[in-house]
Amino acid sequence: MKKIMSGNEAFAYGAYLAGIKVGAAYPGTPSTEIMDNFSKYPGVYAEWSANEKVAFDVGAGAAYAGGRALVAMKHVGMNVASEVLFYTSYTGMKGGLVVINADDPGMHSSQNEQDNRHYARFAKVPMLEPADSEEAKQSVKAALEISESFDTPVVVRTTTRLSHSLSIVEMEEPVAEAPAESVAYERNASKYVMVPAYARGRHPVIEERLKKLAEFAETTPLNRIEPGDDQIGIITSGVVYQYAREVFPNATFLKLGMVYPLPDGLIRELAGRVKQVVVIEELDPFIEEHVRLLGIQTRGKDVFSNIGEFSPGRIRRFAQEAGLIPGSNQSTVTMPQLPGRPPMLCPGCGHRGLFYALQRLNVAAFGDIGCYTLGAAPPLSAMHTCGCMGASIGVIQGVDRVGVKDRTVAVIGDSTFFHSGVAPLISLKYNNSSSTVIVVDNRITAMTGHQENPGSGKTLQGADTPVIKIDELARSIGFNKVDVINPYEFRTVVDTIKDHVQSEESSLIVAQYPCVLNIREKKPALVVDVEKCNECGNCIRIGCSPITKVEGGISINAELCIGCGFCATICSQGAIGPQNKEGGTD
Amino acid sequence: MKKKIDFLFAGVGGQGTILVSNILAEVGKSCGYDVKKSEVHGMSQRGGAVESHVRWGEKVYAPVVEEGGADYLMAFEMLEAARWPHYLAPGSIAIINRHRVMPPSVNLGKEKYPEEKEIESILTGAGGQVTWVEGAAKALELGNMALAGVVLLGALSARLDEPVEAWTKAVEDLVPAKFKELNVKAFLAGREMATGN
Ligand SMILES: Cc1ncc(C[n+]2csc(CCOP(=O)(O)OP(=O)(O)O)c2C)c(N)n1
Repeated sequence: MKKIMSGNEAFAYGAYLAGIKVGAAYPGTPSTEIMDNFSKYPGVYAEWSANEKVAFDVGAGAAYAGGRALVAMKHVGMNVASEVLFYTSYTGMKGGLVVINADDPGMHSSQNEQDNRHYARFAKVPMLEPADSEEAKQSVKAALEISESFDTPVVVRTTTRLSHSLSIVEMEEPVAEAPAESVAYERNASKYVMVPAYARGRHPVIEERLKKLAEFAETTPLNRIEPGDDQIGIITSGVVYQYAREVFPNATFLKLGMVYPLPDGLIRELAGRVKQVVVIEELDPFIEEHVRLLGIQTRGKDVFSNIGEFSPGRIRRFAQEAGLIPGSNQSTVTMPQLPGRPPMLCPGCGHRGLFYALQRLNVAAFGDIGCYTLGAAPPLSAMHTCGCMGASIGVIQGVDRVGVKDRTVAVIGDSTFFHSGVAPLISLKYNNSSSTVIVVDNRITAMTGHQENPGSGKTLQGADTPVIKIDELARSIGFNKVDVINPYEFRTVVDTIKDHVQSEESSLIVAQYPCVLNIREKKPALVVDVEKCNECGNCIRIGCSPITKVEGGISINAELCIGCGFCATICSQGAIGPQNKEGGTD
Repeated sequence: MKKKIDFLFAGVGGQGTILVSNILAEVGKSCGYDVKKSEVHGMSQRGGAVESHVRWGEKVYAPVVEEGGADYLMAFEMLEAARWPHYLAPGSIAIINRHRVMPPSVNLGKEKYPEEKEIESILTGAGGQVTWVEGAAKALELGNMALAGVVLLGALSARLDEPVEAWTKAVEDLVPAKFKELNVKAFLAGREMATGN
């Protein structure tokens, strides 16, 4: 039987087939669906951990205890979790440990396009890179086998295009296993306690392991030479292999399914077969530099950019410009100038109330990552920094210590707060700061598609769990000034922010309203009374998509409006309200 | 069986572009094609543009359509149709839902939504033929705006050789159980609109 699956669905399926019993992840596009799908298979345990580092520690523990474990994260999640990559590289583990790392060339939904193949080399661990969904499925099993035979974590690298593309996958029978009996935890301090004396003992083991892995890379079917003509020999991997196959149908290929360590022998063999070696890889010259170190001349980043995502068309244009293939593909189509469609806060989103108040108070807001980062976009334009998750609270401490004229606040989402906001909040209190932190709490991890989090009362697999209350947490740390407010109540929001920013002690505001998309809230749409409207523009300035400027006034699109009423609250003329029986407003 | 057919879908978040393109991929698979599909939906729930590529072929490598290679453009929204002239193959067909979703800059009165004629000439200028489908109107008539995409799929099916049963089965298999009948009805309505009977 065959099924069409996305790369991420196939990873989850492969993990299930391979007998993985414990999975842990923190959401992040384009990796989120891996754990989402895995969690639905029978007999598995899967969790949303508070952040990627915790997820990776959970995976490490499961593997230490002899279980097979799956960890998944987006590329920047690996920055958060990299400590674990480094220590597990040294300790190794008893059961197989697979880490799926999703890079995002083109930055479809990320703050940077870092190339995480460097992590494999940095931490001296093997990395696989499948090229379609069938390979994604198989890669998990292959990674587990490598993990268990070489005593190392194995990273499987995917990219947005692979994770979110669908292709045909062969269905298989899962390995029928008798449930394993609990065995005693195997204690081995010199392998698992990484104090300097023991860690020194481990480093040579890791170097030796890397040599053996390089030998393995020569013979594994993950890497293969696909014969073609003797003009061009292409070295490539992942989804880029698929693009290159279309642009160079007759070339000889070295298709790498394992991108670290690289197979020197196969690279030399390819070079011996062809007149010219060409490395085609997205982002950094990771393979190319290695090929050059072998003393082999190659084309690479001189032809194919190190910026952005590739596509068959882009590769074709680069190759034509460099004369690798004939033709000049100058498109004759002139591109029209069209209005863009940038993402914006949804109609009725509670975040809007908070950002409108911040804008009105002209506050400098130091931000974080989530739906609420859209508060930086016009017309709200009310967030002024966003670097990585959890940055806001440390950043405001630095800003306030320098001291600026502006009123300042940090703004952080609920999931982001649990991810990496708690330690900075403690740091703020500990250092006698006077900064104000606002948690925009929509009771869910919205940006990545509504995953449960420690504040939502449910686990990934649907179990009830106590809601961790952000206000109580802050109080227990020592915050005296803590307020929970409804972001739609404009006057309260304004007064509370004013009160907090002038306070001498560090303080916390929780602006709480559930994500309307998640709870599917829909009240009757509002209408504008054109008699009363004086076109002051307040409602246009909240950036709510149903509100449209029309000839002679303002109109609200009833199909899009969810009736939250915020525009009515801030209307200077009382011209917006629910539709009354006669069709006007009350 | 054709050597390859490339389809490009364009729409706005929430219009069901992903579901309908999944149905199309399933039809291709059930008719013996190798199929691949790719979508970009990072911020789609927040009103952004959504694109989806579906490829049928004897053997398909890339999951994305190449510029100048799309045989069919399926646009769920008029402005979104106009963004893709460079993807059209010579003699390709653009099937467009007559439906407008205003982008924020138009709402704010800063930019103009292009005229229907303008959209048509952008696409015909790139070698495409334009077919307008009253998908939104039909969907409303059937009581649910979300059906417009399936109406469009019906219109597409009338131009391809695959048997109607392959299409209706894929629709039934992929839509939520309680909306099966309604979706098949919408699909057949679109198919009829295109064949003109
Ligand atoms: C280290 C890291 N992990 C994951 C992500 C992906 N990501 C961006 S925002 C976000 C969640 C935001 O949720 P929340 O803070 O609750 O804000 P909301 O979107 O609900 O407004 C996630 C998981 C990231 N950018 N960086």
